[in-house]
Amino acid sequence: MVLLIGGPWLPQWAMFIVTIAFAKGLVALGLMLLLRAGLVSFGQALYYCLGAYAAGALGRFFGVSDIFAQMLAGAAAAGVAAFILGFLLAKYRGIFFGLLSLALSMILYGLLVKNEALGSTDGFNILPSTLFGMRPGPGWVRYAVLASAGVVALLLALAVHRYLNTPLGRLAPAIKDNEIRVEYMGASARHAVHVMYVIAAVLAGVGGALAATTVGHIDPEMAFWTTSGEFIFITILAGTGSVVAPFAGALLYGVIHTTAYDLSPNTWQLSLGAALLLIIVFLPEGLWSLFAQRRWR
Amino acid sequence: MALILQAKNLNKAFGAVTAAKDVSAAIEQDSVVGLIGTNGAGKTTFINMITGYLKPDTGAIEYEGRDITRLPPRDITRLGICRSFQIPQLYSSLSVLDNMHIGLGIVLRNAGLGGYFARPGALVPGFGKPAEEVAEHLLARFGLADYRSRNAQVLPGGVRKLLDIALTMVAKPRVLLLDEPTSGVSAQEKFGIMQMVLDAVRAEGATVLFVEHDMEVVSRFAQRVLAFYDGRIIADAPPAVALQDPEVKRHVVGRARA
Amino acid sequence: MKIVNVTHGSFYALGAYAAASLTGAWLARGYPPMLSYAVLFVAALGVTLLVAPLIERAILRFMYAKDEVVILLITYALFLILEDVIKLVWGVNPYFIAQPYALLGSFTVAGLAYPTYNLILVALALLAGLGLTWLLHSTRVGKLLLAVIHDPEISRAMGIDVNRYYLVTFTFGSLLAALAGAFTAPTVSVVPGLGVEIIVLSFAVVVIGGLGSLPGAALGAVIVGMVRSLSVHYMPQVELFVIYFVMAMVLAFRPRGLFSLAEPRKI
Repeated sequence: MVLLIGGPWLPQWAMFIVTIAFAKGLVALGLMLLLRAGLVSFGQALYYCLGAYAAGALGRFFGVSDIFAQMLAGAAAAGVAAFILGFLLAKYRGIFFGLLSLALSMILYGLLVKNEALGSTDGFNILPSTLFGMRPGPGWVRYAVLASAGVVALLLALAVHRYLNTPLGRLAPAIKDNEIRVEYMGASARHAVHVMYVIAAVLAGVGGALAATTVGHIDPEMAFWTTSGEFIFITILAGTGSVVAPFAGALLYGVIHTTAYDLSPNTWQLSLGAALLLIIVFLPEGLWSLFAQRRWR
Repeated sequence: MALILQAKNLNKAFGAVTAAKDVSAAIEQDSVVGLIGTNGAGKTTFINMITGYLKPDTGAIEYEGRDITRLPPRDITRLGICRSFQIPQLYSSLSVLDNMHIGLGIVLRNAGLGGYFARPGALVPGFGKPAEEVAEHLLARFGLADYRSRNAQVLPGGVRKLLDIALTMVAKPRVLLLDEPTSGVSAQEKFGIMQMVLDAVRAEGATVLFVEHDMEVVSRFAQRVLAFYDGRIIADAPPAVALQDPEVKRHVVGRARA
Repeated sequence: MKIVNVTHGSFYALGAYAAASLTGAWLARGYPPMLSYAVLFVAALGVTLLVAPLIERAILRFMYAKDEVVILLITYALFLILEDVIKLVWGVNPYFIAQPYALLGSFTVAGLAYPTYNLILVALALLAGLGLTWLLHSTRVGKLLLAVIHDPEISRAMGIDVNRYYLVTFTFGSLLAALAGAFTAPTVSVVPGLGVEIIVLSFAVVVIGGLGSLPGAALGAVIVGMVRSLSVHYMPQVELFVIYFVMAMVLAFRPRGLFSLAEPRKI
């Protein structure tokens, strides 16, 4: 809320970071849902990338640039892909799930790199977004995107929050804890995971579309395993405590990334890995747990 | 009396070990049947086959006339056959109340695909009340109300058993298979718990099969006894008769000291 | 060991890079090229002994009791760290040490030239596979290890030094990965990203073969290898696809892989 109102007064670079935080936060939100079921997707960037390319294709091949249409396209592309891939993936748990998802994302990467029509390794630029048919003036584009991102993120976060109290939402920790019992109570764990997987993918797809329009450029790197690694980092950083946490985590990550990358671009993975390790060891509930604890005092 | 469950010539071997040799049994609706036998006699294998966790090598299982031999556990549960476990299978990292809610959620989901996203106030099929109320009702029935916010893994043994059984009641089963419901429970409590469980269960009109090692519990509560030994059923009669059977005395019950 | 180990891929890469450096230096100094094979071995051994015990003692040791997901993420984090360490130490440019490969030339089989070096790889794989099988099933140490893996708590209660077994097993497992990397190095260009590639492939192998089964892993490897070669030859674009397609097919009929271990009774 604060951001939407105070938004126009933020400098352009800050708007950029915040919007990207919304985008990546959405992906992390999806990952959080999967994590609750004990599943780590090492290849969530697959859907992020699909969402981005769908949004881009909308502009490039159909001339549509409405921001909500872009997000919808991203969601749809990711959703359909996840529905299909879910038939394979929902059977697996643990490291098999993780590495299968990694492999699938790398397959997409490979396909995109070889694809000339979509610009291969260079990718392509995306048309600036329009809002309900209106094209905001150059100073206002950033803000319009930020506002749209914020609204969508808020709605989706609320939806997820409600989802957590539904039978499916509650099934996630049950599957993680005792899958045999879940089956014996009459539910199909595979089916439940499939649905969760699609939900997480749709979130990532919307995030991808948002990221695409904010950055203005799409390339295959968005499907690379290091991108997936970023999302995992954000999810762990944030913890699974609340639906707001992934966005806060994404924002923090964005700020850290910009600073650290300027300082030492070659050791970024190392810092990421080391930080991840430290968080897992010392703060397994993520940074959010610090915040949550203080609130209850 | 109508037959609700029929096992026909079940055979199951695990390599060199034969857990079931030509096992047949016809279970009448509304009856209470005790399954006795030493460890390794094949009682739990029998239950595992009926509930779909294991598939018999040969033979068939029919429920209300329908062949359920090859169905997986979740389908069999949905049809109305539920079981409790020898080692209680709980969601140990979650609270007792959450355990119940997961079960109720599954029931909601099975009512229709939209059930996955049912709102908190939705009425649970079979009970006609919202999940909150049903959970409290079942917890009270099994004496678990005081434990509602405790984590399942810190519960004492007997309480874990009760929760395990309470979870089976969520789906309103027509046939209930209890695997050693009073094991791990102190001698004084056994009768009380068995009575509480049977009252809660029979109130819904269920057929009950229970595995039991305590012959006093068996004589008191079972209308009929199936005695297992070495993968075979060696006796099938009311407790008074079955427990006096020489084969049963030799392999299961033991003889009275001279 | 019942830990899920993404870091395994890092050891493959470490082995490859170490071999590339050491062998490159060896050959540059004009030492006998025939001994370069031993150098490959030594490189793998060296880098493993340096890194594996460190990781196991300093980090992994405290994590065994935790959730499977947590361990998975930890080995992933270690993988990220090692990827950059490799870049820092060796840079991002490719390394080539084709000599050990080229040295042995090739021989003809049915009209096709087959590189002799590949026979070494096959021999090494067979040796490792058979050796490991023998070790696990016929020696006292091996059987104790199987016991420790099955139930560390009881093993400890029986006086087995579980910590030492874990350390040795992790190191040995990593050594195998490093050896694979070292001996593959002469046949490819050693670049960053080797680690990711091999992890993804080796898990396909393990899934197809069945978790925990050595003969399964062998068969899985043969299948994956053949499928890959066929696809590279006939339809290179679908290389990775095909492997996963095969895996999906196998799993559709045998969900636990081609060979799977008997599982202890749960209920």
